[in-house]
Amino acid sequence: MKKINVLLSTLAIFTLLVAPSLVKASDVLMMATTTSTANTGLLDDLAPKFQKDTGIELRWTAVGTGKALKMGQNCDVDVLMVHAPAAEQKYVDMGALKDRREVMYNDFVIIGPASDPAGVKGLPVVEALKTIAAKKAAFVSRGDNSGTNKKELSLWKGAGMAVPDKDTWYIQTGQGMLKSITVAEERDGYIMTDRGTYIKYEANKNGSPDLKVLVEGDKTLFNQYSVLAVNPEKCKSAKYELATKFSEWMASPKTQKEVANFKLLGKKLFIPNAK
Amino acid sequence: MDFIVNGFLHAFVLLFGGDPETYSAIFTTLAVSTVSISISLLIGAPLGFLLGYHEFRGKKFLRTFVDSMLSFPTVVIGLLVYAFLSRKGPLGEMGLLFTIPGIAIGQALLGLPIVIAMMATAVEALDQRLKNTLLTLGAAHSQILRTTLWEARYSLVLAAAAAYGRIVSEIGISMMVGGNIKWHTRTITTAIALETGKGEFSMGIALGLVLMIVAFSVNFAMSGIKKRVGS
Repeated sequence: MKKINVLLSTLAIFTLLVAPSLVKASDVLMMATTTSTANTGLLDDLAPKFQKDTGIELRWTAVGTGKALKMGQNCDVDVLMVHAPAAEQKYVDMGALKDRREVMYNDFVIIGPASDPAGVKGLPVVEALKTIAAKKAAFVSRGDNSGTNKKELSLWKGAGMAVPDKDTWYIQTGQGMLKSITVAEERDGYIMTDRGTYIKYEANKNGSPDLKVLVEGDKTLFNQYSVLAVNPEKCKSAKYELATKFSEWMASPKTQKEVANFKLLGKKLFIPNAK
Repeated sequence: MDFIVNGFLHAFVLLFGGDPETYSAIFTTLAVSTVSISISLLIGAPLGFLLGYHEFRGKKFLRTFVDSMLSFPTVVIGLLVYAFLSRKGPLGEMGLLFTIPGIAIGQALLGLPIVIAMMATAVEALDQRLKNTLLTLGAAHSQILRTTLWEARYSLVLAAAAAYGRIVSEIGISMMVGGNIKWHTRTITTAIALETGKGEFSMGIALGLVLMIVAFSVNFAMSGIKKRVGS
């Protein structure tokens, strides 16, 4: 009977000792970002350099842009790095976020099976989407309100069509970019993705992926990434000063060079363009 | 097929090569699950005892309630805990979102009904004469509590093992409340979700094997404890 007392009190003491030591320390900047910056490894590359330069520890949670913006509004993070300019502007207008700063870009591409069953290779985006819809070729959508998803939806609109929400050939995964690309691969379908994630996918497949870039280079496919601070007037707890430091650090010539030097298979994933 | 074989090989490399990211995830998993199972046991065992031991009005209803809590979906727990811990939520001031204690709260809620229900059943199944014998021997209430807990020790270990199994393999709460933050709140399960999301299936399988090893080791340790408390 004593043993069980000892066991219970050991557990109690352990809990009391461990729990507080696990609570976060000071000078931690909490960021919500998109899956593309995290999954490609860019942040893994930048975060240690940021800590070395400023002494601030960057922690991030990778969610879609839609959720990241909401997290900023709910004061759950201090800074955002996202890619949906129109949606970002809405949150800035609402006063939830401020100091929007463009830091880098890449572009979106439509990829599909090398055999190109619908025959969209080299077409402009609008024509490509119309063709895919007419031929009812499988098209995979993130369907998760992420920046990429928002972009894709705007492209359907740009092609003068309603989003084919209920059509059986239109597959909405509700998952991250790379996972969705895998779905497209399994279903021999088309999918729109950002260039950075596509290169990561190419690298995963040792440079010979099943899905190839078929549509690219259209002006509408430009993909701008920005850093936004959570407005301290709306969120008392937000670490605005640290967020500003991060934003400035991202835009500094040195970091911009780091972004340009971040490559997979010898290709640039993001192109710096901070002003 | 390739990635399954690669996964096995990868698992060995991760475990025996001392990969820091893997060990960080293992440590986080162990730390958070230890805290949550402790809370579940410390709160759940006495509550389960009270529920099984005492007769009172509404007991039947309470039992049914606890039993139905057993099937509380983990994502809903995650969602609720997130809503409470978010800075816009009622407990936001405590800054527990994206921390290990935050995940532990959610997981403890997951383990609690298991411990309470199994404990109550065990106490109910004990020989009813035990209480009377103890009372005639002049035992105080706290002594009755401890003796009964002692008599139900096998069930307690069993409850702990069952709750631990559910907690250690849980992902919804860890992902939502913890945020899958590298070096901090990334557990083995959220790391698996991330790696397969990145298309790194062999890495996912490797981590899955690591998780199985961790879970089985804990269960072996539990049966060790069961033997020792039995002697």
